[in-house]
Amino acid sequence: MFAYLAKRVIQAVAVMFVISLIAFAIQGNLGDPLRELVGQSVSEEVRQQLRDEMGLNDSFVTQYLRFAGNALQGDLGTSYFFKEPALDVILKKLPATLELVFGATLIIVGFSVPLGVYTAIKPDSILSRVIMGLSIVGISIPVFLTAILMIFVFSVEYGWFPSYGRGDTVQVWGYWQTNFATADGWLHIILPSIALASIMLPLFVRLIRAEMMEVLQSEYVKYAKAKGINPWRIYFVHALKNTLLPVITVGGVQIGTMVAYTILTETVFQWPGMGFMFLEAVNRVDTPLIVAYLIVVGFIFVVTNTIVDLIYGLVNPTVNIARMGA
Amino acid sequence: MSLLSVRDLTVKFAMRDQTVTALNGISFDLAKGERLGIVGESGAGKSITGFSLMNLLSRPGYIDTGKILFEGEDVVQMNDKRLRNLRGNRMAMIFQDPMVTLNPVLTIGQQMIETLMAHRKLSHEEARQIAIVKLREVYIPSPEERLEQYPHELSGGMRQRIIIAIALLLDPQLIIADEPTTALDVTIQADIMELMLELCQSNQVGLILITHDLGVVSQMTERTLVMYAGRIIESGRTREIINDPQHPYTQGLINALPQQTVPGQRLKQIPGNMPGLASIPAGCAFNPRCKYATDLCRSRVPEAVHYGGVEVACHEVQRLNSDEDRQEARA
Ligand SMILES: Nc1ncnc2c1ncn2[C@@H]1O[C@H](COP(=O)(O)OP(=O)(O)OP(=O)(O)O)[C@@H](O)[C@H]1O
Ligand code: SF4
Ligand SMILES: [Mg+2]
Repeated sequence: MFAYLAKRVIQAVAVMFVISLIAFAIQGNLGDPLRELVGQSVSEEVRQQLRDEMGLNDSFVTQYLRFAGNALQGDLGTSYFFKEPALDVILKKLPATLELVFGATLIIVGFSVPLGVYTAIKPDSILSRVIMGLSIVGISIPVFLTAILMIFVFSVEYGWFPSYGRGDTVQVWGYWQTNFATADGWLHIILPSIALASIMLPLFVRLIRAEMMEVLQSEYVKYAKAKGINPWRIYFVHALKNTLLPVITVGGVQIGTMVAYTILTETVFQWPGMGFMFLEAVNRVDTPLIVAYLIVVGFIFVVTNTIVDLIYGLVNPTVNIARMGA
Repeated sequence: MSLLSVRDLTVKFAMRDQTVTALNGISFDLAKGERLGIVGESGAGKSITGFSLMNLLSRPGYIDTGKILFEGEDVVQMNDKRLRNLRGNRMAMIFQDPMVTLNPVLTIGQQMIETLMAHRKLSHEEARQIAIVKLREVYIPSPEERLEQYPHELSGGMRQRIIIAIALLLDPQLIIADEPTTALDVTIQADIMELMLELCQSNQVGLILITHDLGVVSQMTERTLVMYAGRIIESGRTREIINDPQHPYTQGLINALPQQTVPGQRLKQIPGNMPGLASIPAGCAFNPRCKYATDLCRSRVPEAVHYGGVEVACHEVQRLNSDEDRQEARA
C-alpha cells in the first residue's frame, strides 16, 4: 500500500515539476516585468540596476529555483492588475469554478451511466439510435455555441434561466460562496453546467456504451446467463462494474480537463471563476496571474488524477494495492 | 423416457450477406445419468450444439427449426423465465477456459451464492453453507477462505474445480462441458476429468462432453457422436466407435490417434480441412477429403443407417466395410 502510494505521489510531483517549468518559461517570455513596475520613462542604466536587483540577470537555474521555492511557499507573484498576491486572486475565484465543474460532473455521471447502459443493452431500439445520433451532434457543436444557443432559447426566449453571473450565493466557510444553497443559485448554475457538460457527456455515453457492449460479449457474462442469473443482475452487477473500471480512469482525466474547459463557459456566462479571470489576465498581460492560473489548474489536474488512480486501485480487485509497486 | 431428446435441430447464422447453416438436422437422445461425448474437428459445430441445448446462442446465431425436449419440455419454446429456471439449475454448463469464465470483479462466494439464490429461496448464510459443501466435494482446500477470494487469486485448475462445483450447486440433471480441460496445464487435465467422472457417476448426473480428444471420450463416456460440418455423421456406443468405426471420417480420426501409430512414425492426419460454413460441398460434406467418394456422394446427402452396431451416415459404408476394404482402410 505504502509503495503504491509513494509511487503515485512521485509521479504527481514529476508532473508538477514539468508544469512549473512551463509556467516559468512563460513567465520569462511574456511581457516585461520592468515595464509593469516602472513604466517606460526610466533610463537604461536604472533599468539594468533594477534587473540586477530583481535577479533577472541570474542564471536560468537560479531563477527557476527561486521561482519554485517561492511557489512552494504559496508565493506565485503579485498580480499587476489587482495588486494582490496572484494566488489569493485565484483562490477567491476557485469556488465558483469548482462548483461549476461539480455541477457539470453531476450531470455527466447522472446521465452518462443510464444512457450508456441503455444504448448498450438495447442497441437497436429507436431511442438508442436517437441518443447515439444526438451524442454525435453534442460532440461536434463547440461549447460556446451550445452556451450561446441555450442562452438564446432558455434565457432570452423563454426567460426560464438567468443568462449570466452566479446569482445569490451563500457563504459557507472561509470565502467559499456556494450556488447550491439558494433557488436562485441553482437557477444560475444550471445552464453553465449543461454547457460545460455538453462535450464530455456525449463522449462518456459513447465510452460507456462501447465498454459495456464489449463486456456483454465476454465469457463471464455468457457464463452468468448460463447460470440462470436475472438479466438486471447481469447488467448492473456483472457487467456494469467491469464497464466502469476503465471509465473511471478516463473520467478522472476528463474532470481535470474540464477545469480548463471552464474558460469558454465562464466567459460566455460571465461566470466569476478562474477561467473568466484567466481570459481577462491574458488580455491584460497580467503575467503573474497567468502563471499562477497554470500552476493551480495543473495542480488540480494532478491531484484529481492521483486520487482517481488510488480509487481505481481500491475498487479493482485485480489491482492489489498492497502488493503493487513493491 | 429419455432425459434429453434432440430432434432435427437446425441452427443458422444470419450473416450480413447470407445466412449459413451451422447445425443441419441434428438428432440424438440422452438417457438419465448417461454420459455422451461429442467429437469432431474444429468448426464441426460441437460448441454450437452445446449452447443450443441451453438456448443460449447469441446473435447472429439462432435455432431455425427442431426440438430440444428436456424432461419432456421443449427448450426451443421456453420463455425467458422458463429458460432461467433451466439454466444453471436443471442443466449446467462448464466452459472451456476457466481464466475468463469467472467474473474478475466478483468473489468466488458471490458467484456461487448468486447462482443458488437465483433458483432457490435461501438465506445468504444457507447458500454459503451449500457452496462450502460443494467446494469440499471438488476437493478444494479451506473452502471458507476461497469464498472470499477473487478469481485472479486462484490457479486455472482451482478455478475449473470451482466451476465444476458451481455446475453441481443445484443438482442438475445434465452437465454440458465444452472442452473443460483444453485450457489447463496437461499435468492436471487428467485429474479434472477423473473428478468430473466421479462426480457424475456418484450424483447420477448426465454429461455431454465436448472434446477433440478421443482418448478422453473413451475414458469418460458411454456413447459418442461424431460431428462433421454441422451434422452427426456417426453415433453409437463409445466402445464400438473407438474399436470399430464405420465412417471414413471417424476412421481417419481414430487412425490419427497416437497409440495407433508405430512409435517414430508420423501422425496420420486426414488430408484437407473441414469446409467453412459458407462453402459446405453438396452431397456428403466429407466427399472432397474422402478417398471412397463416388458421384452419389457428391450429389446426395447420406442418411444415417444402422451398420455394425452404430449409426452411420455414409453412402458407401457397406462396400467399404466389407472385410478386405476394411483392412485397406486401416492400413
Ligand atoms: N458467432 C458466430 N458467427 C458466425 N459463425 C459462427 C459463430 N460462432 C460459430 N460460428 C461457426 O459455426 C461453426 C461451428 O462452430 P463451433 O464453435 O460449434 O465449432 P466447434 O466444433 O466447437 O469447434 P472447436 O473445436 O474449434 O471449438 C464454425 O464454422 C464457426 O465458424
Ligand atoms: S458418403 Fe461418400 S464421401 Fe461421404 S464418407 Fe461416405 S464414401 Fe466418403
Ligand atoms: Mg468449440
